Amino acid sequence: MPQFEAVVTIELKPDILDPAGEATGHVLQQLGYPLEQLRIGRHITLTVQAADVAQAERLVGEMAQNLLANPVMETYQVQVKAG
Amino acid sequence: MKIGVVTFPGSNCDADTLEALSVIGVPVRHLFHEERDLDDLDAVILPGGFSYGDYLRSGALAAKAPVMRSLWVAVQTRQLPVLGICNGFQILTEAGLLPGSLRANAHGEFRCAWQTVRVTAASALFPGLSAGELLRLPIAHGEGAYYVASGELGQLFGDHEAWLQYVDDQGMLSVWANPNGSVANIAGVMRGSVAALMPHPERAMMAELGSTDGRRLLQAWVDGVRGRTFHAS
Repeated sequence: MPQFEAVVTIELKPDILDPAGEATGHVLQQLGYPLEQLRIGRHITLTVQAADVAQAERLVGEMAQNLLANPVMETYQVQVKAG
Repeated sequence: MKIGVVTFPGSNCDADTLEALSVIGVPVRHLFHEERDLDDLDAVILPGGFSYGDYLRSGALAAKAPVMRSLWVAVQTRQLPVLGICNGFQILTEAGLLPGSLRANAHGEFRCAWQTVRVTAASALFPGLSAGELLRLPIAHGEGAYYVASGELGQLFGDHEAWLQYVDDQGMLSVWANPNGSVANIAGVMRGSVAALMPHPERAMMAELGSTDGRRLLQAWVDGVRGRTFHAS
């Protein structure tokens, strides 16, 4: 079965406080950068076996919904590279 | 009656929790995360710790362990009483057995301190704890900021699911008494037969250790389990 590389990008919902992002942004501002905002998310790369791109997207979407992201407080995007 | 205490890889309050139950005088079974058979148990405690190193999100990986699948079924089919303490609370929200989620503390620090909490309402799960009762319990967590979408907050309080709130030593609800940035100072949530809290009752079992309020809380929960077991048999 063909393999597909996928990337899941997970971000905290905009109204959720991000203490790690705030602390990191604060240090960048102290270093003098004209930073407005910084939010820390998560970038997960996967390789999955699937019949086609559509199935790979469905599989990775399920993984993101069921485990990789917490839909209560996070949003996610799935990108699958064509095999 | 028998109560199970689950150890996940990285649990570190399991031994204290087993000890606390033995002080109360309850038969226990120590079980591991791969266990599937919960039929002999009348209740289960998910203890504190750092299951799976808090990787991904605290509680997220433990929530998918085999024991959690059995726990889910037991809660749905026979309303098995479950108590989650600290990491156990995080696991129960990740498993979808309790609403909301637990976020990194708003101030970005791990907080280890004594904290006063207030019981918001009497409940069948904790007979003996009355509305307005104050308990002094230790907290020890870095990710204890309870979050729920603002639209769900009304139901949490309306249905008395938000059963425990952080207050100051006089029992007053204030932003200064909130140790982690939880919405509405929420320290504990319950739904159906499942209850959880961020503080550690198993660390407040004797006066020599600073407080016996944890013993009161656990005793009340055990009384609830016992009453239920008696009722069913």
